[in-house]
Amino acid sequence: MDMIIKFLCAAISSGTPLLFGTVGEILNEKVGHLNLGVEGMMSVGACAGFMAGYYTDNFLIAILAAAVGGMLTAFIYALLTVTFMTNQNVTGLTLTIFGVGLANLIGVFALAQSPNGTLKLPETITATIANLNIPGLSDIPVIGTLLFSYNPFVYIGIAIAILLQFYLYKTKKGLAVRSIGENPATADAVGINVNLQKYLNIMLGGAVCGIGGAYCSMIINGGVWINDNVGGLGWIAAALVIFANWKPGMAIFGSFVFGALRVLKFYIPKSVIEIPNAFFDMLPFLMTALVLVVSSARKSSQRKSQMPSYLGVNYFREDR
Amino acid sequence: MPYAIECKKITKIFGNTVIANDEIELNLAYGEILALLGENGSGKTTLMNMLSGIYHPDKGEIFVDGKQVSINSPADAKALGIGMIHQHFKLVESFTAGDNILLGQDKKVKKSVFEAEIKKMCDEIGLSIDPNKRVSDMSVSEKQTTEILKVLYSGAKILILDEPTAVLTPQEIEKLFDILRKMKEQGCAIIIITHKLQEVLSISDRVTLLRKGKSVGTVITKETTPQQLTELIVGHAVELKIERPEVEHSETMLKIVDLTVKKSDGGLAINDISFELNRGEILGVAGIAGSGQKELCECIAGLLPASHGAILYKKENILGKEPLEITQRGISMSFVPEDRLGMGLVPSMDLVDNVMLKSYRNSDGIFVDKKPSTELAEKMVEELSIVTPNISTPVRRLSGGNVQKVLLGREIASEPNVLITAYPVRGLDINSSYMIYSLLNEQKKKGVAVMFIGEDLDVLCALCDRVMVLCHGEITGIVDPRQVKKEQIGLMMTGMKYEEAVK
Repeated sequence: MDMIIKFLCAAISSGTPLLFGTVGEILNEKVGHLNLGVEGMMSVGACAGFMAGYYTDNFLIAILAAAVGGMLTAFIYALLTVTFMTNQNVTGLTLTIFGVGLANLIGVFALAQSPNGTLKLPETITATIANLNIPGLSDIPVIGTLLFSYNPFVYIGIAIAILLQFYLYKTKKGLAVRSIGENPATADAVGINVNLQKYLNIMLGGAVCGIGGAYCSMIINGGVWINDNVGGLGWIAAALVIFANWKPGMAIFGSFVFGALRVLKFYIPKSVIEIPNAFFDMLPFLMTALVLVVSSARKSSQRKSQMPSYLGVNYFREDR
Repeated sequence: MPYAIECKKITKIFGNTVIANDEIELNLAYGEILALLGENGSGKTTLMNMLSGIYHPDKGEIFVDGKQVSINSPADAKALGIGMIHQHFKLVESFTAGDNILLGQDKKVKKSVFEAEIKKMCDEIGLSIDPNKRVSDMSVSEKQTTEILKVLYSGAKILILDEPTAVLTPQEIEKLFDILRKMKEQGCAIIIITHKLQEVLSISDRVTLLRKGKSVGTVITKETTPQQLTELIVGHAVELKIERPEVEHSETMLKIVDLTVKKSDGGLAINDISFELNRGEILGVAGIAGSGQKELCECIAGLLPASHGAILYKKENILGKEPLEITQRGISMSFVPEDRLGMGLVPSMDLVDNVMLKSYRNSDGIFVDKKPSTELAEKMVEELSIVTPNISTPVRRLSGGNVQKVLLGREIASEPNVLITAYPVRGLDINSSYMIYSLLNEQKKKGVAVMFIGEDLDVLCALCDRVMVLCHGEITGIVDPRQVKKEQIGLMMTGMKYEEAVK
């Protein structure tokens, strides 16, 4: 029993960076832009967040820096695909290469500057991002552990996902945003500023991805900088968008499922069954492949796919 | 009272060379319906796109309500009270009607209040709609209703309709015209684009004519005749009669027996139909869009499997054969889907390559021989008067009518025994349409079995030897157009059996 609770907690923690990446990408895709640069945006966010935290020792500034880092990276993507109408796939892929490279470059540079050859977050900030411990609440058996024992990122992520679900599906702004991904010409014809909304939502999505990156650099390795700290999570997030059926609310569930797969290897006792670790490392990717196959098959069924109809198609008003 | 819209010397040039609009003059008053007539590529849609903010004119002035305006975006047009209903509806398919109408509206409304408002608007002009219905579940006519309501709800007093009748049944067209007349009574200013002269005469107050990007005049509808309009459109006199030459047709070329085809979602696209297609006849197929026409074509061409039945070509069952084998037997298909380029032609390839797609197998060796195709392409351009800079222009750049001529011309060049053509005159102007009718008649005289899937009942009745009416994948009757009325065919299109419709 104790083991199961621990497993669930670990699943939720390890799913959180995926949650940020997925929700950020959903915003991109809802305005019709398939941004394959999630990994890049997260990497820049990871670097910006970590460095800001390292030098200021302030959690709020770190998170803000991560968001701004992701946002600026997304801005490059928006500028290229919305204004200059470059191919979205190629631009996204390049953005990943660029983002990861830039983050590593800055990381290496900062490591070289550091007196002892390592970068470790200072005390105050590690205390802030440590797992929550509210006296009384966190001590309640089972529920206390399941609800009140995470680092702040987990709560921020869930809050953002719920807010964005509400934004997209319950507000007029959200209706306008979704209509852009469904049919930009229609949105244009009713007077929505298509390009402005594309920029805003792509950048907002980038900011969310950036915060997810900060989780990777600040939490996963115990506050020590290592290069390539996002490590492919951005790619899983991009695939998770399909699993979540383009709904931020569903992304919460999806990312925790994938989080569970990532930590499963630590919770299967060797005494019960001996499976090589490599198999577990493969699971998230195997699941991604399965999700893609299943969701493609789902198209013909009655369940309404939320995939934006004009996903991946650049919009030019005078095109005919 | 100032004009609702007044255009003075509007000029629009594309890419420095193509003059789409050349000093066009147009005016429109409130409480008036103006028809805009002209051949394909005469600049009608370009002009309307400038009024609705899609394009910006290079020269000229636009006045709305007597004030000079600059319309830089659809948002500007909306602010001026101009609403356009495009040929291809600008609706979000996955949203409900209500969401589509609310889209882009800033004002806050409660759901109940909004539904009451919609109800009131509907009652005023005689529409009906369910605001909670998804657009993707709607018929074409319902989509159009939604589009009209969307424009009216945004407060538009000036309406532009680009070929609104192209996809409607006669009954639906009458309904639409009633609505337009009611809106006119309420003081709206309406511009309607259509190719059908009968519609122009029945709905409009005045007609403005465009030819090759220039305005050639405005006439008052009551004082004009179809003959005069046609002459103004084309620039010279045109014989306005569709011929129906009598040809001996004895041999049955294609026999469809108990054919049933399923849709991808499991429903029936074609439900147990049987008919014959004879040598030397044109068999018309009438029906509301989506009644199984597309599936029937695809099934005969070997692209879609049937769940039951047989297709006999000269007594041989070709059902289940590969598309290539079917083509080699001389069964030819020219299908013009709604987006025109969807089937049959590769948009980014030029005329020669598109012609070659059909014939490249005939030459030996591994290299392509461009010569025969080049000659054929040149011949097609000349004989069908296809308007194109040259034969190495990607077909994507041609106007709709010319694309259709390329498509049909290529199929005819392969000298088929059976020619199945779907919507070949969709969106075509009078001149091009008549050229296509005479092309089909020539094929018929040669002894080809022609199946003509059409949407304009006047044409079907005038051109075809027999008309088969489809509704929901079933045949409601095969009639002799010389003996039944257009309205009766219209009723059959909505599912009424022949016996009842004729009563």
